[in-house]
Amino acid sequence: MADLHFLANPARFRRFSQRVMPSLSFATGLAFLVGLYFALVQSPPDYQQGETVRIMFVHVPSAWLSMAGYALLAVLGASLLVWRHPLAALVARAAAPVGACFALVCLITGSLWGRPMWGTYWVWDARLTSMLLLFFLYLGHIALSRAYDDPDRGDRAAAILALIGAINLPIIKFSVDWWNTLHQPASVMKLGGPSIHPAILTPLLWMAGSLLLLFILLVLVRTETEIDRRRLEIAELSADQAA
Amino acid sequence: MSGFIALLARDLHLVWRRPGDVAVVLAFFVVATVLFPLGIGPETNLLARIAAGVLWCAALFASLLSLDRLFVADYEDGTLDLLLLAPWPLELAALAKCAAHWIVTGLPLAILAPFLGIAFGLDRSSLLALAATLLVGTPTLSLIGGLAAALTLGARRSGALLALLALPLCVPTLIFGAGAVETMAIGKNFTTHLAILGALALVALATTPWAMAAALRQAGE
Repeated sequence: MADLHFLANPARFRRFSQRVMPSLSFATGLAFLVGLYFALVQSPPDYQQGETVRIMFVHVPSAWLSMAGYALLAVLGASLLVWRHPLAALVARAAAPVGACFALVCLITGSLWGRPMWGTYWVWDARLTSMLLLFFLYLGHIALSRAYDDPDRGDRAAAILALIGAINLPIIKFSVDWWNTLHQPASVMKLGGPSIHPAILTPLLWMAGSLLLLFILLVLVRTETEIDRRRLEIAELSADQAA
Repeated sequence: MSGFIALLARDLHLVWRRPGDVAVVLAFFVVATVLFPLGIGPETNLLARIAAGVLWCAALFASLLSLDRLFVADYEDGTLDLLLLAPWPLELAALAKCAAHWIVTGLPLAILAPFLGIAFGLDRSSLLALAATLLVGTPTLSLIGGLAAALTLGARRSGALLALLALPLCVPTLIFGAGAVETMAIGKNFTTHLAILGALALVALATTPWAMAAALRQAGE
């Protein structure tokens, strides 16, 4: 808890983030160099999927990060509603579009992979559909947090939505799985969890790590921008009052 | 509890004085459903196949259509401030509003849907399943929609925003509602679907009143 209080002051958070930013950017770039080397050069093409397996090195981490991002929104929502943590609203506002982008990247790369593999850009597969619904939940969160003239109201309404959405996500996932087993699927998405070969697993984990770093970096930068935007608004208001 | 009944009676009384508001929603339901055969073609087998999904989607849209006014009138004339000050929980007040909404939209929709199902060529057991699932499923739609209405109270473009928030959350109810009718149509028992719909309604009943009350408190601040 002590750490959370330390970052509660936006000015202190800004100093903290500016101190971490250079090394974090460097680490992200380095991780991408290693990850892309493994993903594009080092790893062999799959015996069935051929070169298209490389799409998975972006697709799978994007799916993980978009789900983790929604969990983050729920945690931030809870800390805003329970402790009125002043930074939680700003971070949630910064993180929601980033998470939505990762969900969209996951959908687009999946569709590009599906064209040569399944022969179609889109099938109504359970996993595809639940990712699409997650993307819609993100859109709702983004739209709601920006729908009010008073940004605080938007932040708190979006926080409630994030909590309700987090409760409902497993239910939605379960019901979509059920729906898909009722209607016979065209093909089943297989990425055999534990039976994955190290030659594929290494680049996957490196890319997951670098995309995670990118996620954190983008959220930090966007949070700083949010803080600056709030300051500008306050400055404009007081200038108006003085005039 | 007396407050709950008083608020429910008041809302029903308000609707009773102006029955046109409900009639418009039901008319929308009928017209939207009738458009599907016109768009798809009059082939009976195809229509019977898609009837459950069409009727369920139309019921979902009709139920959403009437929701954006759920709290707005009380918000504008100050009733909401009195409800906030009242000595009984705001959660119960929100629940009473949703119950009133269900009685004037969900219940008539469930009664009306089988008649439209006849026009789509559904057999008798499917019609029964349709009415039963709508009866059990529409309370969930009212509760989730009520939450979306409370969250968007006072927002810009609140009507479209309400639909964007509520529709993804209504997906499970839609899947099991339409799925039950299809299960019945191929001659299997649909009680599992009905039980899950009931479970979804109970989950909504256990979670949404708190969230609605939290959202209304912020709107009242």
